[in-house]
Amino acid sequence: MNEIIEAFFQAVELIVTLDPAVMEIAARSLIISLSATIIATAIAIPLGFLIYVHEFTGKKMLINLIQTLYALPTVIVGLFVFVFISRAGPLGFLGLLFTPTAMVIAQTVLILPIMTGLTISALSGVDPTIRDTIRSLGANTRQYLALLVREARFAILAAVVVGFSRAIAEVGAAIMIGGNTKTSAFWTSTRVLTTAISLETSMGNIEFSMALGIILLAIALVVNLVLMTVQQR
Amino acid sequence: MIEITELSKRFGANEVLRGVDLTVRDGEIFAVIGPSGSGKSTLLRIVNLLETPSSGCVRIDGTDIHAADRQISIRRGMGMVFQKPVVFSTTVFENVAAGLRIRGMSEAAIRSRVKEALELIGLADRAEQNARTLSGGEMQRVAVARALVTDPVLLLMDEPTANLDPIATENIEDLIRRINRDYGTTLILTTHDLLQGQRLAHRMGVMIEGGFAQVGTPREIFSEPNTRSVARFVGMENILEGRVTARDRGVATVDVGGTPVTAPTDIPAGEEVCLCIRPEDITLYRAGADTGSARNAYSGRVTSVRSLGPLSHVGVDCGFAVAALVTWKAVDDLGLCTGAEVQVAFKASAVHVVRQAEEER
Repeated sequence: MNEIIEAFFQAVELIVTLDPAVMEIAARSLIISLSATIIATAIAIPLGFLIYVHEFTGKKMLINLIQTLYALPTVIVGLFVFVFISRAGPLGFLGLLFTPTAMVIAQTVLILPIMTGLTISALSGVDPTIRDTIRSLGANTRQYLALLVREARFAILAAVVVGFSRAIAEVGAAIMIGGNTKTSAFWTSTRVLTTAISLETSMGNIEFSMALGIILLAIALVVNLVLMTVQQR
Repeated sequence: MIEITELSKRFGANEVLRGVDLTVRDGEIFAVIGPSGSGKSTLLRIVNLLETPSSGCVRIDGTDIHAADRQISIRRGMGMVFQKPVVFSTTVFENVAAGLRIRGMSEAAIRSRVKEALELIGLADRAEQNARTLSGGEMQRVAVARALVTDPVLLLMDEPTANLDPIATENIEDLIRRINRDYGTTLILTTHDLLQGQRLAHRMGVMIEGGFAQVGTPREIFSEPNTRSVARFVGMENILEGRVTARDRGVATVDVGGTPVTAPTDIPAGEEVCLCIRPEDITLYRAGADTGSARNAYSGRVTSVRSLGPLSHVGVDCGFAVAALVTWKAVDDLGLCTGAEVQVAFKASAVHVVRQAEEER
């Protein structure tokens, strides 16, 4: 028990003293997952909106499929992206395997379904009386959709936050595509919070893992606090 | 003027409106009253172009609104307030401004109109507050302002107070009267609260199962319901079935299960009729006491006593079953309890007679 407490205090010390290794991993994690979230947002919100607006055969099936992919296992995404970007794959010539860029791609693929699906839910979830009110006020189709999106904005924002949380917390794809490599340069290393926790723990560096774990939880906490504040405003 | 002709609406196999005919005059408050599920909301939604009729039409100043190809501009001439108080997730000001922004009005015009509307609803000092933090009654006032600020010629209100407490209801009702009086806005509102219809409306229509059973002034509807179901809806709890046995100069004797009842009617002898009597028009006396001038007096036995706040509801069997509303004091003084003997009396003029056949319309 004492060892755990001791490791915990060492972890806190690593954070408080802004230990370069810890900070580097945390920064890289944030950059990769934020990039993936931004790209996924740019695709998922318009995509979700288009699916919501248009009536087509198989719409229900498509939404069902998207919802099924909420639980897409991260290792499946890892495998899928690996097949494409490994040296023998169709995109192998780009030499992306074990680079941060590849990790961004993998995380984007991972969170696209949940962000698209939650955008559709956010738009469908607007109160029917609000819809009637918008139409009753004399809105044309374009105005109707614009006001609908405005009403759904907090729920759409929540979709973005969920996507980011899933990206930063996943470990399967990050380790398969990134490989937890440690090079001399910040931009070529692929060690992120989750992969580093996994490997440092197996090597017995408990205090280091704990420091990274605390940071990971803190990021999740901050993101949720920001979301809550925005929604309550 | 709004003219509704032969309007029907089906949702699948469910026929919600069946051949509704109605004319609403400019500047009047018209209340559609009726039990839940009678089709009141659907009627308003069709007028507001939120639903299309299955058949029939709605004309506003001669234009068949559903046939016209400029539905959005027609809709922009009306405002609607829904039963559930809802606000957009933005400030009170922007909520009220929403319809004006949709119409592309200038910022200066929006400012002055919204300000006036907020003063009308008494929320001028809370313009910048998040509308989501308002109470239900305040939200509904915002909804009224939002509909009103676009200066509609017709304001539709679907059960505007159904979700509100009595004080908020009073506020909204007061607002409705002022809007109609000060702006001359024609108003159609639905309500299941017939007293609200009576308080607000110039005319009202009782909608039962998708059609108007009666249209008239509140007074006509309350005192002279023309069918049994209207009578029932306007609170004539005692409805006795019988047959006219004799009639002399507007006063008939009606046989109710072997007991004769005197009632005013022009319906000839031999017809099947319903006698409608308000429970508050029935007087109870001690057994054997003098029942005064009432033409109809019977001995009976109390079958139930139920307290309803300041009054008690007393069921009596006197050859036929009747219910009376009496004060607590009367319950004590007369010793009313189940099984007690009493005298039941009501004036002939308290009896409203309708033909039974009129029900099958």
